[in-house]
Amino acid sequence: MSGRESSSQKSLRRYPGFRAVALMCLFLLYVPILVVAIYSFNDIRSITTWGGFSLKWYAKAFSNPQIQSATWNSLVIAVSAATIATCVATAAAMGMTRGRRFRGQGGVFAVISIPLMIPEIVTAVASLAFFLAIGFTLGLHTILIAHTVFCIPFAYLPIAARMQGIEKAFDEAAKDLYAGRWRAFRYVLLPMMTPAIISGYMLAFIISLDDFIITSLVAGPGSTTLPLAIYGLVRVGFSPEINAISTLLLLVSMIFVSASYLVSRIGRSN
Amino acid sequence: MDDNGGAFIVPVDVRIDRRGGKMSEQTSLRAPRLWNWHRIALFLPAMGLIGFFLIIPIGVIAIYSFLVPGVYGGVVWEFTTNAYRQFLFEQDLFTDEWAFNGAYLNIYGRSIGQAAVATIACLLVGFPTAYFIATRPPENRTIWLFLVTIPYWVNLLIRTLAVLFLLRDQGPINSFLMDWGVIEKPIRLAYTNFAIGFGLVYSYLPFMVLPIYASLERFDFSLMEAGYDLYAGRWTILRKVVLPVVAPGVVAGSLLVFIPSLGSFIAPDILGGGRNLMIGNLIALQFQGSRNWPFGSAAAMILLTLVLLALFFFARRQQGGLASSHG
Amino acid sequence: MSEGENEIAVHIGDVVKVYGSGDSAHTALHGINLDIRHNEFFTLLGPSGCGKTTLLRMIAGFESVTEGEISLYGQNLATSPPNRRPVNTVFQQYALFPHMTVAKNVAFGLKMKGHGEAETRARVDEMLRLVQLDRFAERRPSQLSGGQQQRVALARALAPSPKLLLLDEPLSALDLKLRQAMRLELKQIQRDAGITFIFVTHDQEEALTMSDRIAVMSEGALQQVGDSRDIYEAPVNRFVADFIGETNLPEVVIERYEGDHAVCRLGDGSELHCSVSEGAAAAGERGHLSIRPERLSFTAAGEEGSIRCVIDRTIYVGTDTQYAVHLGDGSELVVRVQNEAGEELPWSAGDEVGLRLATGAARLLSD
Ligand SMILES: Nc1ncnc2c1ncn2[C@@H]1O[C@H](COP(=O)(O)OP(=O)(O)O)[C@@H](O)[C@H]1O
Ligand SMILES: [Mg+2]
Repeated sequence: MSGRESSSQKSLRRYPGFRAVALMCLFLLYVPILVVAIYSFNDIRSITTWGGFSLKWYAKAFSNPQIQSATWNSLVIAVSAATIATCVATAAAMGMTRGRRFRGQGGVFAVISIPLMIPEIVTAVASLAFFLAIGFTLGLHTILIAHTVFCIPFAYLPIAARMQGIEKAFDEAAKDLYAGRWRAFRYVLLPMMTPAIISGYMLAFIISLDDFIITSLVAGPGSTTLPLAIYGLVRVGFSPEINAISTLLLLVSMIFVSASYLVSRIGRSN
Repeated sequence: MDDNGGAFIVPVDVRIDRRGGKMSEQTSLRAPRLWNWHRIALFLPAMGLIGFFLIIPIGVIAIYSFLVPGVYGGVVWEFTTNAYRQFLFEQDLFTDEWAFNGAYLNIYGRSIGQAAVATIACLLVGFPTAYFIATRPPENRTIWLFLVTIPYWVNLLIRTLAVLFLLRDQGPINSFLMDWGVIEKPIRLAYTNFAIGFGLVYSYLPFMVLPIYASLERFDFSLMEAGYDLYAGRWTILRKVVLPVVAPGVVAGSLLVFIPSLGSFIAPDILGGGRNLMIGNLIALQFQGSRNWPFGSAAAMILLTLVLLALFFFARRQQGGLASSHG
Repeated sequence: MSEGENEIAVHIGDVVKVYGSGDSAHTALHGINLDIRHNEFFTLLGPSGCGKTTLLRMIAGFESVTEGEISLYGQNLATSPPNRRPVNTVFQQYALFPHMTVAKNVAFGLKMKGHGEAETRARVDEMLRLVQLDRFAERRPSQLSGGQQQRVALARALAPSPKLLLLDEPLSALDLKLRQAMRLELKQIQRDAGITFIFVTHDQEEALTMSDRIAVMSEGALQQVGDSRDIYEAPVNRFVADFIGETNLPEVVIERYEGDHAVCRLGDGSELHCSVSEGAAAAGERGHLSIRPERLSFTAAGEEGSIRCVIDRTIYVGTDTQYAVHLGDGSELVVRVQNEAGEELPWSAGDEVGLRLATGAARLLSD
C-alpha cells in the first residue's frame, strides 16, 4: 500500500456503494445521540419544534436533588471502582507480562477476561444472589464491589498491552544500575507505564459511570446512581431534562475516551 | 474472542497481541511451570476478586437453579429440576400434572432470532464500512476507527433512549415524515421488534466493524490484483479472495454482536415497551418482580451455556483455521 | 589492594549453562574456563548463537549459573543479584530510559547507589564530557541519533565506576562508518577510564581492531584465547582459522615432525614446512593446513621451492587481486596479491605459474 501505486490500481480495490454504506454507518451511529444533544438545548418542551436555544433543562437537572445525589454516588463509585480495578489490573499485568511465560498463563488470562465474556445480565443476577446469600445488605458497597470486578478486564487490557511492549531490557538496565526490584518498578517501569495506566483507569471509570444493568440489580434502596436515576425519570415520562443529563454524560464519556486514547498514544510515541 | 475482543474495549489501535507481542526466540513450546511467588502474588488480587465475586456467584446461581423457590424470593434448600422443566412444561396447580407450554421456549427462540437478525444487519453495514476504512490511506484510518469506536463508550442506556427518542410517535422521524406529507399519521416504530432490532444494531455495530477491520488490515490487497489478473470479476473476487481471508474477523464480529444481543436487557426493556421480552428481561424479572430465583437462575444458566457454546465453537474454528494455515 | 597489570579481574571456572529442563533442556555453555585481566579490553567473539550473550548475562547476574563459578577480583558472585554487582552493562539496543533526559539516565546508577546530589551532578558532567555529549544533557534519548544514544548508554554504564563493563554487541545497531569511528572511540574511552571491558561481538574485524585479548567461541565452547595476532596468525583449529579472516584449508598428510615444525605433503605431492598448533594429529595421519591467501605469491613456473599451479580466475577487488588456482591434483587455493599503482595484472587466467609461500605461512591445525 505504498503511495506510489497508480490510481487505477487503487480503484480496483474500491467497491461501488461501500463508501455510501460507511457514511451511512457513521450517520447511524451519531444521529441519535446528536439529536438528543440538540434537543437538550431546546427552549420548549416540544420535541417536534425548535423553540430557541436555552440551557434551562440543564439548570433544571442540576437543581434536581435526586439527580444531585445520584451524580455524587456515581462519581464516588466510579472513582473508587476504577482506582481499585486499575491497581489490581496493573499488578496482574505485571505478573502476566514480566518474566517468562508459564504453564497456566492462558487460564489466568481467561479468568481475568471472564467479566467480558459472560452476559452482563448473568453477572448481575449472580452478584445479587451471592450478596444476599452471604448476608450483605444491598447498597453502595455492593455496587462498588460489582463494578470493581466488572472493570478489571477493561483496565487490564490496555495496561497489559503496553507492558508487553516494554522490553525486559529496561528492567534489567535498572537492576544493572543498582536498583532493586522495587526501585526498578518505581523509577523505570511505572513511569513508562503511566500513560497506559491512566488510559486503563479512564476506561474503567467510564464503564463504572455508565453501567446500568448490574447496578440496577445490586443497588439497594437509596443507593441510586446516575443511570438508575435517568431510567427512573424515563419511567415517569420523557422530559427534556433527560436529554440534558444524557448530553452531559455523553460528553463526559467522549472526553474521557478521547483523552485516554491520546494519552496512550503519547505513551507509545515516547 | 480475546484477540479481537480486545480491540473494542481499548481505544482504536491499542490492539492486544495475546501471543505476547514479540515472542522471545527461546520460548519453548511447553512453558515451564511457575514457581515464583512474587509473580503469583501479583495476579492473585485480580484472580481473587473475580473468583470470589464472580465465579463463586455463578456457582451459587448454578446451585440455585436446582432448588425450590421461596415464597418471597430466595430459595428453599430442596433439590428439584423443576426450574429447568418449567421451560417446556407448566405444572397444573391442582392436578400437579405437567403440560407442554411453549411460552418460555418462545422467548428464547425470539431472542435468538432477534440477535441473529441484528447480527446480519450489523454484518451488512459493518463489512463494507470496515472494508472502506481498510482501503483508506493509513493516516485517515485512525480517525475513522476512532469515530466508529466512540459511540461504544457512550452509555448504552442513553444510546438506547436516544433511539427511542428518535423512533417515538412524536419523535423527529415521524414528525419529519408528517411535515413533508409522506404519511398522514405517525407510523408505529417504537415498541416493536423492529425498534429492538434497530437498538441492538445501534448498540453493537462497532463490535462488527473493528474485528473485520483488524483482519482486513492484514489482508494483502495485491491478492486482489492477482485475482483480476486471472480474469475474475470484482464481486467474484470479493467472494472468493477477500471473504475467505477475512472470515475469522467476520466470525469474531458476528459473535461479538450476537452474544451481547442475545443477553441484552436494555434494548428490549426500553424499545420493546415491556411487551417484547427477551432472555435478559426474563432473567431480571425473576429476580425483581416475580421472584422465582431458581427459575431465573436456570434461565441464566441456559443463557450462559448458549454463550459458552458459541464461544467454544468459535475457539475451535480459530484453532482449526490456524492449523490449516500452517499446513 | 593493588590491582596490578596481571591481576585477574574476572575468573570464570568450569561454567556450564543449561536452559530449560527435561526434554527441552539445552546446554548453551559447556564448561567455560577463562581469566580476564585487570584493565583488559577483552572480546568474546563467535558466530551468533554460540553463547556469548549467555556468558555475559551470567556475569551481569541476569542468568543463573548452572554449574561452575564466576568471581570478580576474587569474590564469588554466585549469591549477588545484578543490582549488587559492581558490574555495568551496555545493552545491545541501549535500553535508555525513554522518560528520562540524558543527564537523568546517566545519573540513575549514581542515585541508586546513594551518591549525593552534588557528587552525582559532577560525575554526570564528567561522563557526558567524556562521551562528548555535554550539550545534550537535557534531551530525551529519542531526540538523539543512534551513535549519540550509544554514547549515552556508555556514559550511563561508566558513571557508577563499575569494576567491570559488559558490552553486548554495542555497535551492531550503527551504520558502517559510525561503527568504525566508534571502535576507536570506545577503545580510547576504555583506556581513559581504566576499567576492564568485556566486549561481545560476532564481527571479527571489530574484535581484531579493538581487543587486548580475544576469546573465540563456537557452540558453547571456547576455541582459542589470545591477542589479535595469535588468533589471526596462529589459529589452533580449523574453526578459528576459518572464522577469522579468509584462509585456505587444504588437506595434507603429515610426513614427520622436526622440532616444533612439521613437514606435510599436499595433494599434489609437494612438501611444506609448517608451524604446528597444539593437538594436531600425529605423523602419518591426515590433517588440515591454514594458509592465508595474502601469504601466497606467484613466481615463474618451475622455480626452485615453488609449487606448480594453474590460474583459473582472477577477481579485481581494489586493494588487491584474488586468484583462484588449482594444483596438479586439482585441489584449489585462493591467492591474494596486492595491486601496485598503474600496473596491469601480471597474471591472467590460464597461466601456469609457481606458487610461493612466505615463511611461516602454513600452519598445521588440530581439528
Ligand atoms: N532464555 C533462553 N532459553 C533457552 N535457550 C536460550 C535462552 N537464551 C539463549 N538460549 C540459547 O542458547 C544459545 C546461545 O545463545 P546466546 O547466548 O544468545 O548466543 P549469542 O549471544 O552468541 O548469539 C542459543 O542456542 C540460544 O538459542
Ligand atoms: Mg547475543
